[in-house]
Amino acid sequence: MRVRVRFTKLGRVRFVSHRDVARVWERAIRRAELPIAYSEGFSPRPKVHFGLALSVGHTSDAEYLDLDLRDPVELTTLPQRLTPCLPVGIDVTAAAEVATSDTSLQAAVDVVTWRFLVDGDPTSVGRAAEEMMARPSIPTVINRKGNDQQADLRPALRSITVEAAAEGTAQLTVNLATRPKSFRPAEVLTAFDPPLGERRVHRIEQWIIDDDGALQPPLAARLDTVGPPEPCLRAG
Amino acid sequence: MTSIWPQLEPLLAKVQKPARYIGCEDGAIQPNWHPASVSWLLTYPDTYEIGLPNQGLQILYDILNSRSDSVAERSYAPWLDLEAEMRAAGVSLFSVDTHRGAGDFDVIGFNLSAELNYTNLLNLIDLAGVPVRTAARRPHHPLIAVGGHCTYNPEPVADFVDFVVLGDGEEIAGEITEVIGEWKRSGRESRDEVHLALAKLDGVYVPSLYDITYDGPALVAVTPNRPGVPERVEKRTISDLADWPHPRRQLVPLTEVVHDRLNVEVFRGCTRGCRFCQAGMITRPVRERPADQVRTMVLEGLRRTGYDEIALTSLSSADFSGIESVVQGIVDDPTNCGQVSVSLPSLRVDAFGVGIAAQIQKARRTGLTFAPEAGTWRMRQVINKLIREEDLYQAVDAAYSQGWRRMKLYFLTGLPTETDEDTLGIAELARNVVQLGKAHHKNPSVTVSVGGFVPKPHTPFQWFGQNTAVELQRKINILRDATRRERGVDLKWHDPKATLAEGLASRGDRRLGDVIEDVWRRGGTFQEWSECFRLDRWEEAMAAHGLDIEWYVYRHRSEDEVLPWGHISAGLHQDFLWQEWRDALAEVGLPDCRWTPCYDCGACTGYSIEHVVASAVPPGGGSQGTGQDLATAGAVSVTLLRRREEVGAP
Repeated sequence: MRVRVRFTKLGRVRFVSHRDVARVWERAIRRAELPIAYSEGFSPRPKVHFGLALSVGHTSDAEYLDLDLRDPVELTTLPQRLTPCLPVGIDVTAAAEVATSDTSLQAAVDVVTWRFLVDGDPTSVGRAAEEMMARPSIPTVINRKGNDQQADLRPALRSITVEAAAEGTAQLTVNLATRPKSFRPAEVLTAFDPPLGERRVHRIEQWIIDDDGALQPPLAARLDTVGPPEPCLRAG
Repeated sequence: MTSIWPQLEPLLAKVQKPARYIGCEDGAIQPNWHPASVSWLLTYPDTYEIGLPNQGLQILYDILNSRSDSVAERSYAPWLDLEAEMRAAGVSLFSVDTHRGAGDFDVIGFNLSAELNYTNLLNLIDLAGVPVRTAARRPHHPLIAVGGHCTYNPEPVADFVDFVVLGDGEEIAGEITEVIGEWKRSGRESRDEVHLALAKLDGVYVPSLYDITYDGPALVAVTPNRPGVPERVEKRTISDLADWPHPRRQLVPLTEVVHDRLNVEVFRGCTRGCRFCQAGMITRPVRERPADQVRTMVLEGLRRTGYDEIALTSLSSADFSGIESVVQGIVDDPTNCGQVSVSLPSLRVDAFGVGIAAQIQKARRTGLTFAPEAGTWRMRQVINKLIREEDLYQAVDAAYSQGWRRMKLYFLTGLPTETDEDTLGIAELARNVVQLGKAHHKNPSVTVSVGGFVPKPHTPFQWFGQNTAVELQRKINILRDATRRERGVDLKWHDPKATLAEGLASRGDRRLGDVIEDVWRRGGTFQEWSECFRLDRWEEAMAAHGLDIEWYVYRHRSEDEVLPWGHISAGLHQDFLWQEWRDALAEVGLPDCRWTPCYDCGACTGYSIEHVVASAVPPGGGSQGTGQDLATAGAVSVTLLRRREEVGAP
């Protein structure tokens, strides 16, 4: 049985790396005494499949992972069973069974909704965003595995909304596609003219594009056991 | 009295591994501060990764937070990047639990486990906003306390600390809390007042209450300068580990640290009597935790933490009475799903040790570590590490045949009476180990780690003149030449320059304080880290203060010399240590006193307690310094672990 769970990463734990979050999960699964399946071989590891990595310092309302279980478990109570075994700030908010034949999370996610809090006047940031969206291409230099490469940011930018936030700051909601090329939040902010100074980066949701072209969250809504959290920028 | 988190948080976005500074561990406590309670900031003067697992601090954290009159939080040395940000932003040292500034605490207590951390001690006192020298502190400043193995020679840091805690901290932490609580209630008027009150506690040494007399380079006397201050301060020893099942909630960090596993202490003390080993000398007598309590602590700990690895810790865990059944019980426990691995941090060099390792490491058989410490039987008799070559070869053969491929061997060089033949014996052993492996595997490999020997206070080698850095390098070079063309032998060594600096701090007197302060002021922090260590800072500071490295490090001491730690007692009789030193030079080994008659080292008799072991039968297999053929596991006369009610109340 493969179970997909959604969880948050909020507050101080935003400083914990993706790799360390994976280790936290391994311990939480043992503490919750879930019947997790182990890999075969010389050094058996629990079968936990993580989604897209979240950079150190960024927060999220919508992280996902898949668990392969040896035996079925009660899904409605699974969030309540796991959350106490996780650090404050990592709360499990939904769980549902998915087919083991489904594409892996990392490959399946097509779009990510981000919320950025940046320094700057909302009106001028809004104008800069409109200008960016109007351009046919946005040549950007990105660094991958130590190598600089040219990439076009424009196809990845599905939408940008700008709102006023606290004095001197603006809040951006950005829908960023992961294909044909996946961009990091900082790369979007530096593509602005002038580049925007990042204050907070928050992942609101991840999406899979269905056959009809509609955005669906990785967990089907009807299977949600806990209502979706209010998307917000929670302070640390 | 507020959290500095709002000031710290923006800095964390700019530094490496910020998870080190957030706290949030499972087992962490957010204590309720009360104005009357005594607040402790328990601090490890190295990075979070090194400091968090420290069991001493975790035990005190648990005990102090269970008392109604004290609270305890934790702190670690911020790495260079965060320290620079903190200094630029005016952020002080902070606790990771509630992110309170260090200046809010009544006591900042440091664990000193490594001499090269002394400059970090000063740096953290300074980052806490406290004057580094005790004499410059005012009543409102926190008291600076130190404990841990290094404090058996506290003199190099004497000018920077208010008080030193010697030995086991379990009981005395409460007694100190009461004295400080009383001082707070009485208005906290002068530090002198609390110093005097603390000095009356057994196990507390207050350096400012002692005058030091020198004659040229020589130390003449250390004398109390007030009435009622003891001439000699004895360490504290708890008699029964069963009374102290701490830490009850081991901290589980969110980021990777050293020894990242459940640690359960199975006994304290060691009587194997290795003459170079300070830990084995100063923690006597042996006190075992009852096997049932070990089992409970392991099973509850695993369930609570979610760890899949457990270490049974002590100075020689294979010697724990009934180790086999304890280990079997853990491995076979059905609630563990068979996925738990057990490690014994100090594996005994014999087939018995490997047998236990095989029993517990069902999976992941990659490498196994042994510590023969010296290359020849002659040398091992000198240091009293009585491992025969047959023991090592049997152990290695057993390990290879049971699936391990990589062996790691630990050695010391620069030992008393060491000749080049002894040094080259290390290469010979390594070669033979690889040869044995060829019978089992295609490409067996052995890693040989060589450390330069630093003589430590309260050991039989405290009188020995340390090898010069040049001599240690020469010895490493001949080993390197001897192993260069050996396929499968990988030689690693510790920098002899760092060994020299450690030697300075290890047996230094109070005058070394100026040198430590100088090195710190020149930016010499994190001296345990090779990327930060520079010997020239130490050499220049020694010269600047007119102190001679030859005198402090390389010189042999005589029996009648006043040693800088002579007024500190680990319970060991000076004549026992001296006799051991003479026996070492005569190449005479001394069997383990747990299963042989008493040698009157002083540790048991002085504190009216005895070795507390659960079994009259020494663990089977190998000679292992007991002087007996343990293959037969014959019963010998020992004092058994008594029932709780028979053990005298402390």
